[in-house]
Amino acid sequence: MNRIDNVFVKKERKLFIAYLVCGDPDLNTTFKLMNNLVKSGVDIIELGMPFTDPIADGPIIQKSVERALRKKTSIINVLDLVKKFRKSNKKTPVVLMGYLNPIENLGYEKFATLSEKSQVDGVLIVDSPPEESECLEYALSEKNIHSIYLASPTTDKKRLKEISRKSSGYLYYVSLKGITGSKINRVDDISKKIKSIRNMSNKNLPIAVGFGIKDSVTARKISRIADGIIIGSSIVELIEENLHNRDKMISKIKKFAANISNALVRK
Amino acid sequence: MKKKFNNLPDINGHFDQYGGMFVSETLIYPLKELLKAYKKIAKSSNFKELLDSELSSYVGRPTPIYYAERISKELGKSHIYLKREDLNHTGAHKINNAMGQVLLAKQMGKTRIIAETGAGQHGVATATACAKYNLQCIVYMGEEDIQRQKINVYRMKLLGAEVVPVSSGSKTLKDALNEALRDWVSNVDNTHYVIGSVAGPHPYPMIVRDFQSVIGYESKKQMKTLYNKEADILVACVGGGSNAIGLFHPYLNDKVKIFGVEAGGYGLSTGMHAAPLNKGKPGVLHGNRTYIMEDKDGQIQTTHSISAGLDYPGVGPEHSWLKDNKRVKYVSVTDKEALKAFYYLTEKEGIIPALETAHALAYAFKIAKKEKNKNILINLSGRGDKDIDTIAKMSRMDL
Repeated sequence: MNRIDNVFVKKERKLFIAYLVCGDPDLNTTFKLMNNLVKSGVDIIELGMPFTDPIADGPIIQKSVERALRKKTSIINVLDLVKKFRKSNKKTPVVLMGYLNPIENLGYEKFATLSEKSQVDGVLIVDSPPEESECLEYALSEKNIHSIYLASPTTDKKRLKEISRKSSGYLYYVSLKGITGSKINRVDDISKKIKSIRNMSNKNLPIAVGFGIKDSVTARKISRIADGIIIGSSIVELIEENLHNRDKMISKIKKFAANISNALVRK
Repeated sequence: MKKKFNNLPDINGHFDQYGGMFVSETLIYPLKELLKAYKKIAKSSNFKELLDSELSSYVGRPTPIYYAERISKELGKSHIYLKREDLNHTGAHKINNAMGQVLLAKQMGKTRIIAETGAGQHGVATATACAKYNLQCIVYMGEEDIQRQKINVYRMKLLGAEVVPVSSGSKTLKDALNEALRDWVSNVDNTHYVIGSVAGPHPYPMIVRDFQSVIGYESKKQMKTLYNKEADILVACVGGGSNAIGLFHPYLNDKVKIFGVEAGGYGLSTGMHAAPLNKGKPGVLHGNRTYIMEDKDGQIQTTHSISAGLDYPGVGPEHSWLKDNKRVKYVSVTDKEALKAFYYLTEKEGIIPALETAHALAYAFKIAKKEKNKNILINLSGRGDKDIDTIAKMSRMDL
């Protein structure tokens, strides 16, 4: 069983998914952050693969990506880090998130093979909607790696159906029309959309909500209606604010994550 | 059966492996909405008549084809013709597309227009159309381009547009495009994004091409009516490739040789250039699969060209397809060669070309020296006023 499916079934409360850019500020710190996030209650780690042109990301994650690229963080580095993480953690699912071009450059087959070797559990490519993802999706499914797709407030019913059919692991619902780091204003709209996705989805595909969740109050609200919540920019911002003191960076992020984790409702 | 070169993209926006819609989910809806509106509104005879009449009374179309007799004779035994897109209102071919898209956006009920710009010509054209049609206009421009194209920045501001400096990444056209896409994701309901080249996700490469094809259609007619001749060779510069596809597309099934000229910068071997079709490989950037310049990890490389309008690591997907199918030959000329052609045309014909256009001229002049009795038609895509600062600075450095 894929680790993602397992954690959605077994966890007694709604899931906490944390995103950070791999290699920001360096690979060793990312490794420490991953382990500490797990200790603070994070259930799934989304690891960003840096790309020069992150068109769906706001300024906070853009800057994070730029820091990671200054260290020349490549997909191979990301995969190696997951392998290292797996040596001590066999349980927490890791989802690689990024943009298509570096994967095209590496080759879909090779990417899938290496991801399997590193025990990656899911892949989410922001600029590759299902229509353009057939070959990659196939290569990944051969290795029992989930392809996670996005749905957004602008996605119509017909597409929602198609996306929830093709998505595996979970569906990433983008809470707002905007880029990462924007702020959620209407939880009601999100709730409506999630209900409509659930009605359409013919399998028990979990729905996780991301974009715009910055604090425990919003996290709690969203956890009432979704199967999981995703937080990225707020964590990455804590990296940026504490670049000169790694210990402080880690302790701040631990505290933030624990706070979110405690706010999430039980199933 | 002879292969047809003008019947793509397919319904999914693909030119075989190139093109497509590689965008985040939020943008799929506005792209499909745009495609629907384009098919319904822009293909209607009412819209076409309106656009034609605006292009004639406001933009100054048809632009003439000028026979450059003096340089033709001096260079050899071929005949050089210039399609004078520089004589369009605002000074370049960019207005053809800006007028079409802004008019379409207006009819779609959009109230806010955004655009990216490199050299500033597309920004000026879009700001102009927005002033005329009373729409809010926001132009994203890389900080480095703002520095080298100050006059166009001021023009846009005069026209009432807001120019937003982009300081991320390489601070040039590609980053301006990223920022415009981010704006669009955040404002999809009331905003239309006027992409300035045949790049971006489907349906942009098709829409921009169609609006620019007026260049080629006019040329075919004019070569006959004005000179009783047919073009044997077409030459245009290629950054994103909108002026080139505009000239080439109506000719693709004809017996004519076609050359697209990329920016060779300091030379292809130096790595400091903007020639993805010559030196890049297929990848995905800005919503489509096309030839791009990338490093060994698949990261997009910074480019170099003397001309801001060609300084882009990607190229329109249709050009990638035309390259692979060997219908168009893509070559390059260096900064130096382009500069030489810039001076040559200015001094011998009294026409100051844009530095982008000077790349096409430089290659066409090479052909003219070799070929005999050929009619070479060059797309004189823009005028060089915007580059005077750059040229002046460079010549002082030479002294």
